[in-house]
This record gives sequence, structure tokens and C-alpha cells, in this order.
Amino acid sequence: MEAYLDNAATTQCLPEAAEEMQRVLLEDFGNPSSLHTKGMHAEEYLKKARKTIAKTLKAQEKEIVFTSGGTESNNLAIFGTARAKRRQGRRILSTQIEHPSVYNPMVALQEDGFETSFLPVDKEGLLSLEHLEAMVSEETILVSIMHVNNEIGSIEPIEEAARIVHQKAPKAIFHVDGVQSYGKLALVPKKMGIDLLSVSGHKLHGPKGSGFLYIREGVYILPILYGGSQEAGFRSGTENVPAIAGLSVAVDQMFASREAHQAHLSQLKRRLLEHIAGIEGVVLNSSASEENSAPHITSISVPGVRAEVMLHALEDKGVYVSSGSACSSNKATKSRTMVSIGASEEEMESAIRFSFSYKTTMEEVDYAAAVLRELVPVLKKFKRR
Amino acid sequence: MNKAFLLKYGEIALKGKNRRIFEDVLVQHVRFALSKVDGSFVVTKTRGRIFVEAESAFDEEDALGALQRVFGIVGICPAVLLEDNGFEDLSSHILEYMEETVEDKHITFKVDARRARKNYPKNSMEINADLGEKILDRFPEMSVDVHHPEMVVRVEIRERINFYLREIPGPGGMPIGTNGSAQLLLSGGIDSPVAGYMVARRGVNIHATYFHAPPYTSERAKQKVVDLAKILSRYIGPVTLHVVNFTDIQMYIYEKCPHDELTIIMRRFMMLIAEHFAKIDNDMGLVTGESIGQVASQTMQSLSCTDAAATLPVYRPLIGFDKQDIIDKALEIGTYDTSILPYEDCCTIFVAKHPVTRPRLERIERSEQNLAEKIEELVYTAIETTETLVVEE
Repeated sequence: MEAYLDNAATTQCLPEAAEEMQRVLLEDFGNPSSLHTKGMHAEEYLKKARKTIAKTLKAQEKEIVFTSGGTESNNLAIFGTARAKRRQGRRILSTQIEHPSVYNPMVALQEDGFETSFLPVDKEGLLSLEHLEAMVSEETILVSIMHVNNEIGSIEPIEEAARIVHQKAPKAIFHVDGVQSYGKLALVPKKMGIDLLSVSGHKLHGPKGSGFLYIREGVYILPILYGGSQEAGFRSGTENVPAIAGLSVAVDQMFASREAHQAHLSQLKRRLLEHIAGIEGVVLNSSASEENSAPHITSISVPGVRAEVMLHALEDKGVYVSSGSACSSNKATKSRTMVSIGASEEEMESAIRFSFSYKTTMEEVDYAAAVLRELVPVLKKFKRR
Repeated sequence: MNKAFLLKYGEIALKGKNRRIFEDVLVQHVRFALSKVDGSFVVTKTRGRIFVEAESAFDEEDALGALQRVFGIVGICPAVLLEDNGFEDLSSHILEYMEETVEDKHITFKVDARRARKNYPKNSMEINADLGEKILDRFPEMSVDVHHPEMVVRVEIRERINFYLREIPGPGGMPIGTNGSAQLLLSGGIDSPVAGYMVARRGVNIHATYFHAPPYTSERAKQKVVDLAKILSRYIGPVTLHVVNFTDIQMYIYEKCPHDELTIIMRRFMMLIAEHFAKIDNDMGLVTGESIGQVASQTMQSLSCTDAAATLPVYRPLIGFDKQDIIDKALEIGTYDTSILPYEDCCTIFVAKHPVTRPRLERIERSEQNLAEKIEELVYTAIETTETLVVEE
């Protein structure tokens, strides 16, 4: 049996999305900016996709800017805001557990003279609102907080955070990295006070190279790519029409029954946690609270068994997961998230992540847990002494 | 007028009666190397040198690169091949060629002509003098220095005429296969591919054995070794690679033997298995990338313990190299960037924190007696389940 439980890394593209992409690549291949009908047909796909996506966010079509994915969306949000607001202030706030595509732009801005602070999180991976409140000032131009953490699945208090930010720093822009939450949790930017929202297509059965940045109407940021002023000037470059069309199909399908999907994911998680509770030597890194932890991401550690070894042993049985850090032997770059939640050295070295999609089945979860149960005692025996 | 390469070979010219065999092998290797380059080439052997004549357009850099990887070639001279249309025609071709290829003309030169075909109207002294004069007329910034010239214009008058200005060093060594073959213990590290290269350069064909330990080593680590074998194949042609699953043996040793002796005992079993494949591949020795003292398993005492596990001679071409020397060589032959990819080649989990550095063979052998019950069967299974690939770029 095979159980692909690495959906937070990427998902399989929907066949329907792939078919749509093939149609665009081979038949409706025009450049949306061309004046002839071929261009017009291509533009239809963009319009349709924009409409589909805007609806899922209760947003306006003009608020959706297509990008190449999560990394570009995050970069555009952060550099775009910093460049637009550099005369109004230099302070930027974020958290210690952000994805590298948020964290590294922040570090780059630091070198550029911006003052960036990274807020800590508690054991469950949650940001403290008091801490945030203490740190936001009128000088703050940008606050960037992820909705769902990609490693442990913690759900950050976005709505409350937005309220604090807008109250204490009316000029600040509030950016949310929604790569792991869009389509999984309820997300209405306007209601939640989100100015910018990053989304990636390949995490939700869309194609790689697709994604978008939601830019609330009235929010002014500068582009990072200049050229033919596509996407209202926010993102120049001929639109990746096949990817956008594929993304649209995937979004459509995902939201056709989002709430049912969410219930399904929650059931999967409950089952996984039950299994894990019964395996000796396994600790849970994610929060056990359903309120604070996303249903599709679960991180565990098996102290004494290096994550890479566990990963390959699971792989050998057809179970695909992620390890916390890429390579633990030579260049161990410690996971900021794991450090931030106070994980021990051993827990960090042995952290693996299971991540589901709405297509994951209960059988897959049961199978993966059974394999894990079998492997833990065997691998623990060959611990480095 | 045709572009050509004149290939010089050193050592193999000295090999008495075997010379022709060596030359024929070298010609074969040159043909094989050029078969990977776009273009069509005719390779012929004349006295003491090999001639590569291009029959079509080709990328000179690619062809040169391919020839620089053929062991046995000492020098590669990009040359021009002409029909004999008189001395005036020859001179104008040479001047034209110099105009195009010699960038800085503020240099000293001399002409070195050889007249193998004695009916040519000028003798070699005359050619030297007359051509030298024409060159000086055309490029007044040049000057003649017959003792230490910066450039030698070489002209050979045979049935046809060839001339060339520069000689690019080849890899040297001897043609692959003229000195038998050996089994290389190839890991994903920096050393073993270099060791394989060094032995191959002496004309020894290389087969290779790799030990992997899933799940402790990953599929990517194995792919890395395949990639390294591919890089070696640029020099030696298709490489036979035996991929041995070593996990069970490692675990068994781990369970039964003192941990500070793990590495040494592991290496002894690696030798044993590599030797098995050496015999299948008709090899006359084993090759490893060890150098004295680099790690605990490479002290003099450790090396003699590993040696004792093999009956074939174990060749260690890097034995006196410092790490930096090995790295430099790896960079030169193109294996370094692949070798340093971070996938683990030997699982650190099995490496003791303080391994023995002065093992005694009797003690190691005594420890190995703990393995008596199952080890034969495990070795047998490892050999049976070995995957053998033929790797080529």
C-alpha cells in the first residue's frame, strides 16, 4: 500500500486541472494581452479564475493578483510594502516561526536598514497577543503573520492580531501567509482585517508555479517585477495562463465542499492522534487542541531515531512524510519553529510531519500508523550509543 | 584545408613489441571519446602519433575536452592539414591561421619544419628561414628566438602538410584496459572517485562496488554514487557498478560486536564482498580511497586489519595525499561538486563516538567470532540481492 502524507509539501495535480492546462497550452495558447481573438480566449481563463478565487474569499476580482506561487506572493507582499512605505517608518514585525519565504525577505530588509522584530510563540506554537500589542507602534509599517504554521500546524490568532495592528498602527499593512490555510480554514480577508494574503496553488491540488496575492482594495504596494504592467502593474510578465486555469479548477473543486473537507480532515487527525497516543516513544509536537492546530498537519518526534532514518524507513513501506530539518548530520540548520516552541535537541532531530489533503483516506492514516508502530521499536534499538 | 588534431603519446611508445597493441587500444579510445562529440572524425595512426581529421564542422572545445580525457595522450595539438600546393600557398595559410589564433603578437617564435617527404623543393632549414622571414614581414611585432621561443610554428611535410602552433597537455597515463582491471570501493565521498581515477589513469579498467544501507542512507545518496560513476565513465567508458545492500550486515555487527570496532569490522566485510565481485569481474586487485591517518579506520594499524580481509592486493593510490591534495584532484577531474552533496554516504548512526585507532587483528578476529551464527548467510544474501548497473554518461 502507498500513503502519500506529505501534502503540506505538495499535492498531486487534479487530473481535471491538468486537462484544462493541456487545453490552454495546446489550443487556447494566446497571450491575454493580444488584441485578436486568440488573446481574448486566453483572457477568458484569467477572468474566470479571478472570479472563482475572489468568490472563495468574498473579495473583489481586482483584489486578486496572480503570481508564481507562495514564495513570490510573500516576497511581493513584503518587499512591495517596504518599498512603498519606507518614508513612513522602518519598523516591521513578524514571528519566529514564519516560512523561509517570509523570514528571509525580512532578514534582507534588515540589512537594508529596516528594523525587523520576530515575535516568539508559546509551546503550542501560538503568538502572544499581549506581546504583539506591546511591540506594535505608530512607526510600524508592516506586520506579517502566518495563518497556519507549515511545520506543526499551529493556527495563529489572525483576526485578533489584525485588530490590534490596525488599532495601534493605522498606517501599517497586515500581511498573512495563507499558504497552508487557504481552502482548509475559513478565510475572509476583509472581515478578518487582512490587507495582503499569500496563496500557493500546488498545496491544493493545483499546478506548481501557480498562486496569487490578495491585495485589499486601497492598499498600495510597489511591484518587484517591472515590465508590461500585467496584473494591474503589480506583477509584470505574460500571465501563466495554463497554471492559472489549472489553479482555478483546483480551487473550484476544493471549495465545492470545503466544510465537508474540513470535517474529513479533522476526523483523519483525530484518528492519527489516537494511534500515536498508543505508540510508546512517540511525542506529539503539534498542539492536541483542535482549536489551535490545523487538521491537516501533525508533527511528531521519536526521540533517538533521526528523522531522516525514520523517513526512509517509512518510505520503504510506501509511507511518504517530511522530516523537520533536511539533513541532520552535517549542516543541521535547526528549525526555527521547533526552537521557538521549546523542543529539545532530540525532539528536533527526530521530528517528522504527516500532512493530509482532502483526498487522504482513513485507510492511509491507519496504514501509516501501523507502519510507524512497527518501526519505532526496531529503529530505537539501533540508537547511537 | 582541414582542421585536425595531432595527438602525442609518450610512455606507450617505449613498450617494445607491445607498442602496436597499446597504440591500437589508444586509437580505439580516441574514436570512442570522439563518438560523443558532434561531428565526424577520421582517426589514423602514423609514426609515433595519432591523427584526428575532422570531416565536418565540429565544436573545437567539445572535441578538445573529449580528447583531454583519453588516458595515454600526452599532448594535443590543434593542427591544420593541407594539400601541397606549393610553398607560397602553405605560407599564406600559416600567416592567415596565425592572424586568427594568436591574440598577442608581441612574442618570440621560431619555425621548426620537418621534411619527411624528401622530394619537397625546400629542405627543412630553408623552410625555417623562408617562413620565418614571411612571418616577420607580416607581424613586425614578433621576433625570433631560436633558443627559448614563446611559440614554435611546427610544419610537417608528409604526403600532405600539417602545421600547428600549440600543444595542449593531455591527461598522460596509459590507455584504459592495457593494464587489466580492478574493483573500486566507491562511496559518495571525495576520495574514492579520485582513487579510481588515479588507478584508471595507469591503464587499469575500473569496476565499482557501492554499499548502501537503507533506510539509514537514502535513495539520493545512491543516485549520487551513480552520478559519480558517470563522471568516471567520461574517462574510462561505461562503468560496472555493484550496489550492495549492507544494512542487515551492519545491524548484525552493531548488535554483536564492540562498538568501537564497528567501522573496522564493517570495512573488513566490505572488502570481502568487493573481492567477490572483483573475482566475477576478473579484476586483479581492489582500489580504495584511503590515505594514512585521515580517519580512525585509516591508521596504519587499521589499514593492515582491513587488508587482512582481502586476498587480492589492495591498491590505495591516495595513500600519501593530504586532504587538500585530494580535493584539488577531485576539482580537476570534476567529481568534487557531486561528492560534497550533503546526502549521507555512510550512516553516522553506526559510527562510534570513539572508534579504535590501533586495532589488533587478533582482537578484531575474536570479535568477529560473535558473528559466526548468521554472518555467512547475511553476506550471501547481500551478494545475491546486489543490483548491478552499467553506468555511462
